[in-house]
Amino acid sequence: MGKADMNRRAFLGRGLAMGCSLAASPLLTPVSFAATSGENRLVVIILRGGLDGLDLLQPADPGLQLLRPTLAARKPSGMEVSGGAMLHKSCAPLWPLWRSGELAFVQGVSTPYRNKRSHFDGQDYLEAGTTSLSGTGPRDGWLNRMLQNMPGSEMSTAYAVGADPMLLSRGDASVETWSPDVGFVLSSQGARLLELTMERDPQMSLAMSRALLLAGEGGGGAMAVDDASMMDELEGMMDAQMTTNGKGAAQAHVRVAEFAAQQLRDAARVACFSIGGWDTHANQAKALQRPLTRLSDSLLALKSGVGDKVWSRTTVLAMTEFGRTVAENGTKGTDHGTGGMMVMAGGAIRGQQIHGQLAGFEEADLYQGRDLMPTDDVRRYAAWAIRESFGLDRAALESVVFPGMQLGDAPGLLA
Amino acid sequence: MNEEHAELVFDPDMAQTRFGYGRSPLVPGPRDVDEMVAQLRGTEEPLAGVRFPSDEEMRERIAALMGKRRVFRSAAEGSLERERLQKQYRAARRAAFQEIAGWTGATLARRVWSRDGLRERLVAFWADHFSAPGKNERYKYTAPSHVANAVRPHVAGRFEEMLIAAALHPQMLHYLDQSTSIGPNSPFAKAKPEKHLGLNENLARELLELHTLGVGSSYTQYDVRQLAELLSGLTAHPNKGTVYVTKRTEPGSETVLGKEYGTRRSRISDVESALRDLARHPDTARHLSRKLAVHFVSETPDEDLLVSMAARYLETDGDLVEVVEAMLRHPASWHPVEHGIGNFKQPELFVSSALRALAVPLDQLLTVRRNRLDQLLGTPLRTMGQPWRQPIGPDGFSEEDVHWITAQGMAARLQWALSVPTALVGDLPDPRAFVETALGPNAPAAVRFAAGAAENRREGIALVLMSPGFQRV
Repeated sequence: MGKADMNRRAFLGRGLAMGCSLAASPLLTPVSFAATSGENRLVVIILRGGLDGLDLLQPADPGLQLLRPTLAARKPSGMEVSGGAMLHKSCAPLWPLWRSGELAFVQGVSTPYRNKRSHFDGQDYLEAGTTSLSGTGPRDGWLNRMLQNMPGSEMSTAYAVGADPMLLSRGDASVETWSPDVGFVLSSQGARLLELTMERDPQMSLAMSRALLLAGEGGGGAMAVDDASMMDELEGMMDAQMTTNGKGAAQAHVRVAEFAAQQLRDAARVACFSIGGWDTHANQAKALQRPLTRLSDSLLALKSGVGDKVWSRTTVLAMTEFGRTVAENGTKGTDHGTGGMMVMAGGAIRGQQIHGQLAGFEEADLYQGRDLMPTDDVRRYAAWAIRESFGLDRAALESVVFPGMQLGDAPGLLA
Repeated sequence: MNEEHAELVFDPDMAQTRFGYGRSPLVPGPRDVDEMVAQLRGTEEPLAGVRFPSDEEMRERIAALMGKRRVFRSAAEGSLERERLQKQYRAARRAAFQEIAGWTGATLARRVWSRDGLRERLVAFWADHFSAPGKNERYKYTAPSHVANAVRPHVAGRFEEMLIAAALHPQMLHYLDQSTSIGPNSPFAKAKPEKHLGLNENLARELLELHTLGVGSSYTQYDVRQLAELLSGLTAHPNKGTVYVTKRTEPGSETVLGKEYGTRRSRISDVESALRDLARHPDTARHLSRKLAVHFVSETPDEDLLVSMAARYLETDGDLVEVVEAMLRHPASWHPVEHGIGNFKQPELFVSSALRALAVPLDQLLTVRRNRLDQLLGTPLRTMGQPWRQPIGPDGFSEEDVHWITAQGMAARLQWALSVPTALVGDLPDPRAFVETALGPNAPAAVRFAAGAAENRREGIALVLMSPGFQRV
């Protein structure tokens, strides 16, 4: 194969990746990074919409089966994690992780948010990490406050604050923001001219060259193309993406996780992104499959993307704004609830564990007669993961990162 | 101040780029400050096909939509009738989403074709100041009417009128939880002790911190609490809009910044008196003058500019045209863009000014389909970090250049500049001519060269739009 063919193939491969990545996808998720010293990694995934923990990990409880006549009546998946509790069949790709001690769950947890059950406010609580939103609550996220308090944190490898729609990483610490779904095609001549026009503006010039670098690293599809016919072909694809949704939109979450993994393998120590689609009000048996598959795919993409060595130092926390009603509703789904579940993964965690207390399913056990009773503060588990990963002290965690939270005793999250 | 610029008090290019939506090949810019002020003082120029519904019309539309949902949900499960009604409801819902897209298109149409670019910039500025994105379907539908009916009519009026209209609008009562705030000693709360009803301070706090006095100014937690008590009773009624429900109001008078309100039976006029006093406070004059100067002129505005704007504000009880005129008459507002002076365009301004420079046809903007608008504008703006009128919090979008000059931001702008102009404009202009259109006679030599040396029109246009000369104003 000649060099031209090689190039052509490489361009085409990347061009196809770019074509997919240009999709006007509702899943478009920028991913945020920060680099610090030390070798441990922390990934936070926000599950937007309210994950039904009781379906992800279905307890064997006759009380629950009464309240969930269709949801709890399905064929057992056979993946028993403890005491008859079964992992959802859509999480089958995660079963090897459970077996090898790289997966754990925290049940019955919630944020301090109560009674209103709005996604909007619930996610603000989850990402702000505060006890209340009114009052003098911060307008930044707990992950950012964590970065500001990391001992030995070197922000020299973190870049200017990105335009980040996640409150979680918003704040005074610099966090690079990048969406792997940004893609463009530019001729080599165009790239040179772009550089020329920005030459006298160091600030713009620096951001632009960083953009070309990140996009070229597989975070998108930026490329400089010399071959004119190739250029036409790629431009045609770029235009087609402006009029139709790309088939690749469904895999957007994998690109996000892959790009996060790539940065974590390198200088980044902290990453966060979100996965949507958890708001399963109707026909949950089907509706939950897709987000669970996305979560499974994302975790596996992270694991394979960072490689064994980094994975052994990695802790992933997947958190949601609230759980769902214990009883299924009239449309075979569940409504917004209170007590929920956090999923943990990574080579750094103590796996095969189910942390926390699960309240019962009798009417008196339920929160307000409808929701799973929250038995613990989800922030406490996040705080312990931070403490064990980065060594933050109790005072910083209780007063700055999660103001108003009581750290309590160590749940033993990390190995 | 640089001696060379000491006397500069008007520049026809800057009048368009810094104080408008940029240069247009077809719409002339203002000749002088007098014309800019006269346009603002005059009645708004109508634009064919652009009309927003009144709040009352919006309530009727929502009632109709919710009615369709109710009948569909009350039909028997599994019946054909239910299926038919569900289809009807879904069609109505789709039509509502299309309407929202149409209003965004109409807003863009004004930015692209209005002669009064300054008015459009002011509408965007104050819409951000009173950010109140909907948290549910109903209020996502009404968000554009909040700007159209509570903000736009007042940008050339007195600030207190806009404050009362925008902060007491059902949209804001919803967004900042005022509708659920109830006086703990009100008859309503006393009747249901088991519910533990009480105050929500959200609106009271943001009124002081964001809308009027400004963060860190002369108010205390006591004032927040007192204002929250005064506001209790205000709620959004589905059929009537903002109403004041006396039985939800905390009894007794309240003292905000040392002044007593509601000494007798409380009324909504007590709330309005308190807002007028807040609007006329010197801290508010200072806060709003600074915010305007930062938004239009520079992140580090000239101190003398701030002093003259705030003074004008206080002399005229917050006449916003007077304040804007004070800004336009001050030489510090006309410093040319150099590094560290001037502002980096926020994504909305970047995109809107590009559409104006490309003179995207009016009917194309007014008839844009929802999906296409998402592809051409909605998704790109989100990637650039500024989802259309949906900031993360009530404090709106950042005014700091460093927030926007990021790798992700630049990549998203480049992607947009390469792909959207060609999707919108059948025949892209010659890039060499486009340099003159977009940047004017003072275009930098490097951009002129790049536009001429580009391999094709698509890249030539993108290079002009991406150039510092276009993005910094």
